[in-house]
Amino acid sequence: MDRRTFVRGVTGGLALAGTQLLLPRSLWAGLPDGTIASEEMFALPGKQPLIKRSFRPPNFETPVSQFTDVITPNDRFFVRWHLASIPEIDPREWKLGIGGDAVTAPFEVTLEQLQRDFEQVEIVAVCQCSGNRRGLSDPHVPGVQWGYGAMGNARWKGVRLKDLLAKAGIGKDAVELALDGADRGALDATPDFIKSIPVWKAMDENTIVAWQMNGEPLPHWNGAPARLIVPGWTATYWTKKIVSIRAVTQPVASFWMAKAYRVPKGKFPSVDRFTSQETAENTPITEIVVNSLVTNVSEGQKVRAGAPLVVKGMAWDAGYGIRSVDVSTDGGRSWQDAELGADLGRFSFRPWQFVFKPSKGAHTISARASNGAGQTQVEQLIFNPAGYNNNVIQRIGIEAV
Amino acid sequence: MKTKLALVFCAALTAFGSAVADETKIRLRDAPEVQTVTANCSGCHSLDYIQMNSKFMKRATWEAEVHKMVAVMGAPVTEEDQKRLVDYLVREYGVAD
Repeated sequence: MDRRTFVRGVTGGLALAGTQLLLPRSLWAGLPDGTIASEEMFALPGKQPLIKRSFRPPNFETPVSQFTDVITPNDRFFVRWHLASIPEIDPREWKLGIGGDAVTAPFEVTLEQLQRDFEQVEIVAVCQCSGNRRGLSDPHVPGVQWGYGAMGNARWKGVRLKDLLAKAGIGKDAVELALDGADRGALDATPDFIKSIPVWKAMDENTIVAWQMNGEPLPHWNGAPARLIVPGWTATYWTKKIVSIRAVTQPVASFWMAKAYRVPKGKFPSVDRFTSQETAENTPITEIVVNSLVTNVSEGQKVRAGAPLVVKGMAWDAGYGIRSVDVSTDGGRSWQDAELGADLGRFSFRPWQFVFKPSKGAHTISARASNGAGQTQVEQLIFNPAGYNNNVIQRIGIEAV
Repeated sequence: MKTKLALVFCAALTAFGSAVADETKIRLRDAPEVQTVTANCSGCHSLDYIQMNSKFMKRATWEAEVHKMVAVMGAPVTEEDQKRLVDYLVREYGVAD
């Protein structure tokens, strides 16, 4: 069976046991009907088959069953673009400009200079789309209807942004850093995807311009030759194919800052604020909310009664550190500690597992992560119009037979 | 106008390479307005955006989406075509008020 035939089988709802590509329809019970009908497994050049949400601009998510390792492989890492023109950049031609009205010595840096002239640092960090799980919003809201897989965890290598800004002579009057990548809309009239971060976050030692991902050059689809890494914050600030960073004395007023990626004020427990962009009603999204994902058990799965079942998953947050993951096998009536796995740093996925022997009958499995800031996952969705920050505790029904 | 958008679409196909080839198999629900949808929308994005965002939007929400494409994203869509788009999207990919 060739891949196309296989893909047709999967999208037709045909169950093919024992393969990694299995995508049980019931897993997506919460997604809109049209989302399920239009999804398919599709491999972009250089990528493994991922779940296609849209072809152009390309939006592809990682199937839950593929989050088996704490590090997400580059060829399984999710893909998210806003604009359809995404140039392939020759690394030898690429230049990053550091400038703006708040620097005294603007300069351009080539990839070779970036790799040679600055201290190289590494960090493991979760890259998660602000709208991950948007498709599960109740009621549904417009946008890319993501399931659980618009995220990944990688080891990023590059240069601290604060070192670049120091060389440019950033002044005390800088308010934000304006970020621009090489992507463009199909029409000139479409607003360029320009984002910004506050100066204090830009000067954080963990914020880097990365040119390597899991020991390899970044894939084209994930921002080659270099992208910004903003650990703890959602991926909207992790500008891909970054070509310009400008320290500015006034807040950036682009559509993508002023209108998009905003959450109502006071609804979420985020600690980090972006005060120069706040209005009376809303604020830019900032931190990744504490969350977890069950990766090896899916809705409707049949397991053997009386045999040990190892429930596995990942937990992550904005960098306060995962303190505990509790698991319930009775729909949330009682909770027990899961065992935490390898600690690759406070911005990384934290693997966990929990073993129990299901008695004959139905069980509802849930996982609940808590972090060092005393935050935990929510039982009920905190609804917001753009479907951001969904960290509702999963409820996965299985049957032991 | 339609010629210009069609040219943009062809440019996008070339730039995007093999992946976009698969979007040509996307089939929207048949109706007299489908040509209007293809001509006005596919210059900037694949039409699976419409399928993916269904069916949960009422008329006001589809109107807001079409308006956003024109007012924010700069899509050159005539008033008449905007009306046709909204009618089609609500009827084929929306829900009743």
